[in-house]
Amino acid sequence: MCGLCGILGPDEHWTDSDDSLKQRAGAETRRRERAYQVALTNRVLGHYGLKMADWQGASFVVSNRTGASEVIDHFAALWPTAEKMTKTVCDPLDPGLIAALEPT
Amino acid sequence: MSRYAGFLPVNVITGFLGSGKTTLLKRLLESPDMADTAVLINEFGEVGLDHHLLEQVDENIVMLQSGCLCCTIRDDLATSMRDLWERRAAGEFGFRRLVVETTGLADPAPIIYTLMADPVIRYHFRLGNIITTIDAVNGLQQLDRQPESVKQAAVADRIVLTKTDIADDDEAALRDRLRDLNPAAPIFLAQEKLTAKKLLTSDLYDPKSKTREVAHWIDAEAFAADDHHHRHDVNRHAGDIRSFCLTFDGSLDWTAFGIWLTMLLQAHGVDVLRVKGLLNVKGMPGPVAIHGVQHVVHPPVHLKRWPDDDRRSRIVFIVRGLERGAIEASLTAFNGLAQGRDAAA
Repeated sequence: MCGLCGILGPDEHWTDSDDSLKQRAGAETRRRERAYQVALTNRVLGHYGLKMADWQGASFVVSNRTGASEVIDHFAALWPTAEKMTKTVCDPLDPGLIAALEPT
Repeated sequence: MSRYAGFLPVNVITGFLGSGKTTLLKRLLESPDMADTAVLINEFGEVGLDHHLLEQVDENIVMLQSGCLCCTIRDDLATSMRDLWERRAAGEFGFRRLVVETTGLADPAPIIYTLMADPVIRYHFRLGNIITTIDAVNGLQQLDRQPESVKQAAVADRIVLTKTDIADDDEAALRDRLRDLNPAAPIFLAQEKLTAKKLLTSDLYDPKSKTREVAHWIDAEAFAADDHHHRHDVNRHAGDIRSFCLTFDGSLDWTAFGIWLTMLLQAHGVDVLRVKGLLNVKGMPGPVAIHGVQHVVHPPVHLKRWPDDDRRSRIVFIVRGLERGAIEASLTAFNGLAQGRDAAA
């Protein structure tokens, strides 16, 4: 990611719109919501051997177990990036994934 | 009400060849409610017959040049809409509503996609609703043989049956088929007194719209009735298109839902013709309306009140080949991730 992208900031994603997260900003800060989003996403990414981290509240870093990483500016880029890194389709309807998400 | 209420509504009129789209549009444009309406017509073939039928509003008509909106013209649609917006901003003419009439062969999804995804258009226009005309004489045959016709019926917010006065076939069979495909869309007869308000001007994002419109938009009861009365012989639908409504007790976690839907649309967006829902989101006082078409999701809208006493989340899916049970199990599992919210964060 270049400095200019950091200044301009990413385009708004629908999960992050005025009518969703921001309405709850009084109860939870935006920063905490983002940390929560990362934590929850990692529960899913773990099934594919991936992990996502917040990068200064402006973008995300997706990495695999060998240390390869990709910076994404936008949550919308997560799943295409995950599929590129794993060379597999990340399918939420996959019974294997659903079983992995069940509480142990 | 959301800031999207201030965006210009776009109504899409679609329907198979010869199903009476232009006749319907012409009637609706005569209504005083449709003053200040611009119209975009997708001309198909060399002769713009549709254009001649609509000469009385030609000042605000921009003809799309050729072909079908779903592939070659999608850019044209975006360009035409941007052009209209610029002319409006320049004060050339004012309009407060846009109607797009598609070709009979158009796949409506890319048109909706253009509205939601174009980086300029999505900040000025919003989808009002989709009206699909179905010819009572040939409608059943078209639904059997033409995948475009099935898609047009499946994504409709309202269906208008035309030519019922000259149809020999059993209208009930056609209605059954349409209810099977799209239980939530109310069916009107072109012969009845159809007002612009009834068909076009009342929609979910309209601040003047009543909660009744919200109930209309996501008519879970219609799906419940459909489940009860109809067998689900999915193979009879061209292209294996089906619709169903999932309901969830309790509240949904917005973050988990967002992760799930973005993942679903990445993996299966091409087969999710439409998804719309009223969600009971944890921590939100009223319902959140979500609306997606294939890979794109319209920014969600927070509504002040529920349309009825039912506080369950309701999500309508119109899909091709995807199993209801798999989608339900998947969303339930993702929402379950949020059980230990405090621990996770």
